[in-house]
Amino acid sequence: MTRGERHSLMVGLLFVSPWIVGFVAFTLYPVIASMTYSFCDYDVLTKPVWIGTLNYREMLTDSVFWQSLRNTLYFAAFSIPLGLVMSLSVAVLLNQSVRGRSAFRAIFFLPSLIPVVASSMIWLWILNGNFGLLNHALKSIGIAHPPQWLADPAWTKPSLILMSLWGVGHAMVIYLAALQDVPRSLYESADLDGAGAWSRFRHVTLPMISPVIYFNLIMGIIGSLQVFSQAFIMLGGGGPQRSALFYAVYLYLNAFEYRQMGYACAMAWVLFLIILFLTWVATRSTRKLVYYAAE
Amino acid sequence: MRIFKKAIVYALLLGGSAVFLVPLLWMMSTGLKPLDQTMSMPPTWLPYREYVQEGSQLREVKAGETVPATATVVRKIAPRWENFSLAIAAMKYFPRYLLNTLILCLLTVTGTVLSSALAAYGFSRVEWCGRNRLFTVALATMMVPFPVVMVPVYCLFRSVGWIGTLKPLWVGSFCAGAFNVFLLRQFFMTIPKDLSEAARIDGCSEFRIFWQIVLPLCRPALMVVGLFQFMATWNDFLGPLIYLTEQKDYTLALGLQFFQSQHGGTEWHYLMAASTLIALPVIILFFFTQKTFIEGISMTGIKG
Repeated sequence: MTRGERHSLMVGLLFVSPWIVGFVAFTLYPVIASMTYSFCDYDVLTKPVWIGTLNYREMLTDSVFWQSLRNTLYFAAFSIPLGLVMSLSVAVLLNQSVRGRSAFRAIFFLPSLIPVVASSMIWLWILNGNFGLLNHALKSIGIAHPPQWLADPAWTKPSLILMSLWGVGHAMVIYLAALQDVPRSLYESADLDGAGAWSRFRHVTLPMISPVIYFNLIMGIIGSLQVFSQAFIMLGGGGPQRSALFYAVYLYLNAFEYRQMGYACAMAWVLFLIILFLTWVATRSTRKLVYYAAE
Repeated sequence: MRIFKKAIVYALLLGGSAVFLVPLLWMMSTGLKPLDQTMSMPPTWLPYREYVQEGSQLREVKAGETVPATATVVRKIAPRWENFSLAIAAMKYFPRYLLNTLILCLLTVTGTVLSSALAAYGFSRVEWCGRNRLFTVALATMMVPFPVVMVPVYCLFRSVGWIGTLKPLWVGSFCAGAFNVFLLRQFFMTIPKDLSEAARIDGCSEFRIFWQIVLPLCRPALMVVGLFQFMATWNDFLGPLIYLTEQKDYTLALGLQFFQSQHGGTEWHYLMAASTLIALPVIILFFFTQKTFIEGISMTGIKG
């Protein structure tokens, strides 16, 4: 290594040193510690005690764990595709030559910015069984006995899915930007070939924005498997019959309510594996459908 | 046919945006009502006061008072602005919550912008051996979900006695998160190399090149990172929930949730007034920085 190289190595390391400190303190060490704790009985107050794979084996027989996993997969299975269809539809509508596009875009985007605590309060109020706006609306269109939403175990998850759709504005903005990047010339040549509106969408728009759909899909998987705040604020420890006890909520309760840090860490690693697995499945199954212009 | 299609597009957009706006409008409307009107059937959108005609004078109808059927009742729109001050008083430590939130916003925005800009510069504009390998490691850290590191990071802060203080909520922001580094690096790479080369030949130190040449050119990207961090801190719930123990140390988000857990299900007008107070700054900020927001999000979506 020459003197110049050594010098630039020093300078480079100095610049990235904030990241290096953060990496060691908030990622590298915690990942190793979390892995270790997951094989320990640990209540924070006393030293961790090695118990081998007991935490993982306990998970297999913990019915609450399985319920939280089912609840989370249920939520993800509906909120991801519904959110995808909805955000893409709004983006396609806004991509037409409409007046006031930026005003519409602002309106659809705004709800996704509202602090999660505030939006949880709003939806607690709207979904209120007796005085909620939603049930007023349902009654006025002739549904005499609308659901009790957050008080009925059958309806808590649909309630949260509905609420998640209110926040699709973020994905919508990404789609709209992607739609505007699709070269006009492609549509023109499709027109020359006599393509209708649907086949233009199917054979030009969709392939061109497929990388962005893939990106939003992965973000959706990661985000919805970790859904926490709104469920915790609106339904505390899981709501009626733990029907909205999500994985991250149960994990939080184990760590900070029951003081079972080891079990919480083991759950976190299982969650990581589930996320990796689903991301891998999503990548595998969409590989042929995602089109990268650069390739 | 053309007009027909246009009409459908506009109908869908108008209907859709109405549905998206209703929850926010309902929040504000409820926040300006007296308690009895929040639960009135059918619901009313505008808060009002009722008066009975008594001779030539109007007398306000008190809550719960039954007005004789013969009396003429006059309704006037009357928002209860005092709900805001009453909600603030009911939340007890509201000024403290606000102060804590603002302190955290200031510190995290400063920390994030500074540290990510430094790290992004080191990862893009200085050539050194091992740089790209280390950057790959940085990208890989984005894969690790928060729950995996949550417990050890909590224990780490606990071992230095920071639980119950604001420190765990901002110290990390001075350590350049990988996502922001990635974002800024993309931007730094678009600035021509000749610029730094010329300055280097003139004997300019690397830090001065960073501070006086590259940073000013990257203001839009720094704005995006700062704005997103502000929003993240203002909205954060899980962090304060884990680390804060005393009510007077709470942030606005945690304070509102605490208020709800104590008064929930009854005082909807105060709850909605308080929610409005927390949501409104974000809404106002959005209207002033709309372009930065939209560009920032499009940038993360497309290049990510």
